[in-house]
Amino acid sequence: MDQTPKTHPVKPWTFDDYTTSYIRRAAATGIYDIRGGGSKRRVPHFDDLLFLGASMSRYPLEGYREACGTQVTLGTRFAEKPLELDIPITIAGMSFGALSGQAKEALGRGASAAGTSTTTGDGGMTPEERGHSNKLVYQYLPSRYGMNPDDLRKADAIEIVVGQGAKPGGGGMLLGQKINDRVAEMRNLPQGIDQRSACRHPDWTGPDDLEIKILELREITGWKVPIFIKVGGARPYFDTTLAVKAGADVVVLDGMQGGTAATQDVFIEHVGQPTLACIRPAVQALQDLDMHRKVQLVISGGVRTGADVAKALALGADAVSIGSAALIAMGDNDPALEDEYRKLGTTAGAFDDWHEGNDPAGITTQDPILAARLDPIAAGRRLSNYLKVMTLEAQTIARANGKSHVLNLEPEDLCALTIEAAAMAGVPLAGTEWIPGKKGDL
Amino acid sequence: MQQLDLETQSLRDVNATLQAQEAQTNQTKWEILNPKGAHAIACGLDSEIDVTVQGATGYYCGGMNKHATIRVAGSVGPGVCENMMSGKVVVEGDASQYAGATGHGGLLVIKGNASSRCGISMKGIDIVVHGNIGHMSAFMAQSGSLVVCGDAGDALGDSIYEAQLFVRGSVASLGADCIEKEMRPEHMAKLAELLSAAECDADPSEFRRYGSARQLYNFDIDNAGAY
Repeated sequence: MDQTPKTHPVKPWTFDDYTTSYIRRAAATGIYDIRGGGSKRRVPHFDDLLFLGASMSRYPLEGYREACGTQVTLGTRFAEKPLELDIPITIAGMSFGALSGQAKEALGRGASAAGTSTTTGDGGMTPEERGHSNKLVYQYLPSRYGMNPDDLRKADAIEIVVGQGAKPGGGGMLLGQKINDRVAEMRNLPQGIDQRSACRHPDWTGPDDLEIKILELREITGWKVPIFIKVGGARPYFDTTLAVKAGADVVVLDGMQGGTAATQDVFIEHVGQPTLACIRPAVQALQDLDMHRKVQLVISGGVRTGADVAKALALGADAVSIGSAALIAMGDNDPALEDEYRKLGTTAGAFDDWHEGNDPAGITTQDPILAARLDPIAAGRRLSNYLKVMTLEAQTIARANGKSHVLNLEPEDLCALTIEAAAMAGVPLAGTEWIPGKKGDL
Repeated sequence: MQQLDLETQSLRDVNATLQAQEAQTNQTKWEILNPKGAHAIACGLDSEIDVTVQGATGYYCGGMNKHATIRVAGSVGPGVCENMMSGKVVVEGDASQYAGATGHGGLLVIKGNASSRCGISMKGIDIVVHGNIGHMSAFMAQSGSLVVCGDAGDALGDSIYEAQLFVRGSVASLGADCIEKEMRPEHMAKLAELLSAAECDADPSEFRRYGSARQLYNFDIDNAGAY
């Protein structure tokens, strides 16, 4: 037997286990991988920032004694009735179709209990959703599935979706297995067929047209409710500038960690910018136009904790929006369902085949048996608990930085742990005064 | 006849007045003077009133109309009666892009020509064009009927679902998954009904019918080239 010492077998970094499994799957199926959720790769994020806290030059507020406000008002620019929220955390647009009716009801219940808004998605507004949401934002999407003036007038705000962080520049597809009779009827399409959602609006192109489209929507709704424009994290400075030019009351900016019901994995992981990289350019655009705090900025994409909320606000956002985190709070990817996830070839925490409609948690499904597993009252309670915890956490941080309102947090309260995060967030690297990329920086 | 004048009244006042008309109103005849290409004229109406716009309009005239009958004595800009739910819109002149886009119901009549993307993503609206239509018309058309008495441009009915297309003249090309289909008696009857409602004396027997081959309804990798 050859006793010559040998080196350990080494798998190439370029062709790691995931990559080789990807190649084998593609070779076997001939089709790209479609999944739900947002980017799974590690990108610079809120975790790479820290608050400085109070010190000799900053007085903290007394926790539980001195007030720290959390109310926000969205849509103060033109709307007769801006959206008044108790907390700076909203629920992002998710469709009935992608989600079960029970899940949509739970989102409405949870958001309402916490004093905030929820948002429709592709496919229109359901009576259950409207009935259980004290504040409901109605999405105006390229597909216009279910769009009608009656529902438009029932909305508390209108969100024109130009793009989303998971797939800026992409449309959508709801696969046939999730198209039951009700979903098909709402979308004016036959049951069981794949439903494509266009990537561009059918009746306008560009910000000049959009300005006129907004005029039409305001005329139809009597100039009462705010109009949001939602964009993916593509070119945040220019997208924000053009949204303001087009007449938006609110800009919703969704980074690449923002989830989707279903799209190509290659799209999710390779198109768009991280949320952290989007905020400061968008805020800069608003400041350059003298519109900061006049046109509100809502940030979404990977917001998970009160610390994330506080950091987004400190960087200049007026509010944040959550989607994936809200689903997790309701029961998505619960380890208690591990056996069922294993049967689907995945594990709790990694389940992302939301488009296939077999979600054991009963959230991303139209299967009536699975959907019935989700108790909308209990799930709504979990969501409201989670929203309240995030709000308390954000208040805790704000008080520690001497702020009597969470919107008083500012970039000067932050430092960054990495050079990348410092450059993206425009705050100093911890222990230095260095902001990479700032004018004058060598 | 009630008159509203965009020379002296704001767009908001004009639309608010029309939108405020209730189902049982006895003020059913309205005329809008001096539109001068303004956008969003007579949008969001919700009662059975008759509105005549005396001149050309800009974008989205009659947008999201319900119940009302709107007649434009001129040409219209992009997106005339987009997302119409019911009622009737008649354009005496030509229509720009996206005429009748995403309409869920009602009847749109264009007595001149319509530009590109006429009937894009239509969801139940019926559209009758006396003249020609431009390219990419009836793109992703879901339901309803598009009748073209003249010629159709390139890529007619691309990615069409269940809408029915009737063309009397030539079709420059058909889009993905759109094919010519047999004209059966029920189609002839439907076409005759639409032509009559559209004040058009064209002979239904001169039309050909187009619709979906239904090959793209469920994703198949072997059809990837067609997407």
